[in-house]
Amino acid sequence: MSLEIIEVNGVATIQDSGRIGWRKFGVPASGAMDALASRAANALVGNPTNHVTVEIGLGVIAFRALQDCVVAVTGAGFELSVYIWDFRMWSSYYVRAGWTVRLNKLESGMWAYLAIAGGVQTPLVLGSASTNLRARFGGLDGRQLQIGDVIRSGAPSRLLDELAARTLPEEVRPRYSDHPTLDVVAGPQEKYFTDGSIEAFFSSEYTVSPTSDRMGYRLEGIPLMHRNKSELISEGMTMGAIQVPSNGQPIVMMADSPTTGGYPKIGAVASADLPLLAQCVPGKSKIRFRETTVAKAQKKYHELMAGLERIQGDVSF
Amino acid sequence: MNPRILPLGDSSVLVQLGDEIELKVNQRVHALAKLIEASGFHGIVETVPAYSTLLVHYDPLILPFSRVKNELRAKIAQVEETANRKPRRVDVPVRYGGEYGIDLESAARHLGLSIEDVIRIHSEKIYLVYMMGFTPGYPYMGKLDDALMMPRLETPRTRVAAGTVAIAGSQTGIYSIDSPGGWNLIGWTPLKLFDPDYDSPFLFAPGDEVKFVVEDVA
Repeated sequence: MSLEIIEVNGVATIQDSGRIGWRKFGVPASGAMDALASRAANALVGNPTNHVTVEIGLGVIAFRALQDCVVAVTGAGFELSVYIWDFRMWSSYYVRAGWTVRLNKLESGMWAYLAIAGGVQTPLVLGSASTNLRARFGGLDGRQLQIGDVIRSGAPSRLLDELAARTLPEEVRPRYSDHPTLDVVAGPQEKYFTDGSIEAFFSSEYTVSPTSDRMGYRLEGIPLMHRNKSELISEGMTMGAIQVPSNGQPIVMMADSPTTGGYPKIGAVASADLPLLAQCVPGKSKIRFRETTVAKAQKKYHELMAGLERIQGDVSF
Repeated sequence: MNPRILPLGDSSVLVQLGDEIELKVNQRVHALAKLIEASGFHGIVETVPAYSTLLVHYDPLILPFSRVKNELRAKIAQVEETANRKPRRVDVPVRYGGEYGIDLESAARHLGLSIEDVIRIHSEKIYLVYMMGFTPGYPYMGKLDDALMMPRLETPRTRVAAGTVAIAGSQTGIYSIDSPGGWNLIGWTPLKLFDPDYDSPFLFAPGDEVKFVVEDVA
C-alpha cells in the first residue's frame, strides 16, 4: 500500500519518536514536534505508537492513494479532505486506490501527522527514521518531501476494515490553544536569575516569535535578568528546556534541539504540555507559564499517554 | 564541589560534578557515563557528557525522578574507582594552512607567533575530547596551550567545510559536517568525523585522547 505526494508547499518530513542513543555524539533526537499527535495517528491505524508519521507544517499537501489503505491524520492547524468529503482529524479512514487525501492549513495550529496502517517503510539511520534536515540524513535522503515521492507502508496489524473509522475521544486529546498555559519544572539554573525575573516569567505573557523553527521556539516578552553571568560552561539540554541568552528573551528548545547549550536554563516545559507549545503559531500565539513539580509533571504525562489506549472503534461519521 | 543532582524537566537529570573546565572533573564525568551505561539500568535512555556535567535522559513512564536520583547517587559514589582508566587515542593528520586553514596567518599575527610556532604548539599536545555537540560528531577538545588562546570571530562564517580544524578560547575543534562556524580556521584533516552510513559513524567519542599529526604545510 502506498501514497504518492501530488502536491506540497510547506515543510513535510518523515519523523518518528526520535533518534535515541546518539546525543552524546552531538546528534539531535529530532522526531515529531507534537509527539502525542504522532503517537495517536499511529495508534489509530494500529501501528506501534513510536512508528513513523509524515509531519506536515505550514502549507498544503496532497497524496494520491496508489492502492487501498487506511490513514489517520492528527495534530492541529489543518483541515482534511479525502476524495470528495471533508473529514475530521484524529480519526482513521479507509482510502480507496485513486482517491486524494488533502490537508489545507488553517490559522491556528502548526503541525499535522499522517500515519498509514502498516507504518511508513523507510530505512533507519542511527536507529531512527526521523529526518535531520540540518545534517541531511534520515527520512527520505535527509530532505523534505516533494512531489512524486511515494510513501510505502508495511503490513497492517489487522484487516484494513477493522482499522478504519476509529477515533480518539476529544477529552483525551491535547487541549490546543492560541494562548496556552504551560507547566514548567524550574531549574536547573533558576538561581542565575533575579527574583523579579523569576516572578515575571511565571506571571507575564510571552509571544512566540516568527523566527521559531523545529530547533527552538523563541519567545518575546519581559526580558529575564541574569544575576551575574549570562553564560555557562556548555552542558546537555533537551526538548522543552528554556534557555535564556544575554538579551533575556527565552528560547524553548524543540525537537531538533542541539544536544548541548551554554545559556542558563530557567526551567523546562513539562512533557505533557510540549504538544501545546509545538502547536503554537509563531507571531501569533501567546503563552503563560505555571510552576509545577517533577512528580506532578510525570503524573500528567502518564495520564496523557494512557489516553491513547482509549481509541474507539467502529465509529460512524 | 559536592556533586549535585538537579532535574531538567520531567525526563532528564543534570549531574553536576564541578563548575569549570578541568581535566580531572571531565574524566570523572566520562567515568560516570560509562558506569551508568554498563549498569543497563532499565528506564535510563542515554547520557550526554559535557565539561563538568552529565545529562541523564530517562523515561518517566518507567522511572520516577526519585529512583533515578537514588541510582545516580549510588553510581557517583563508585566513580573514583573507574576514573583513571586509559582512554582511547586517535591520531589526526592535519594539513595546516592552505585552502581550509584560512585564518592560520592572521592567527599567528594576532598571537605574535610565527606560523611554524602555531603549528608546533597546536600539534605538540595531547588533547582530551571533553564533550561532543554543536553538530553530529563535533569534538570539543582542550586544553589549548595559553599561547594559542584567541577569541572567536566577531562574525561567524556561514559555511565552514567538514574536516576544518579550528581554535577558539582554550579549545580546539574539527568541523564534522559543512556548517556555519565562528572559530579560527587553521587547517584541515581528510578524516571523516561523521558518516551516518558507516558501521561506526563517528571518528571520536567523548573522553578520547587526540593527537594532531602534521601532514604538510600548504
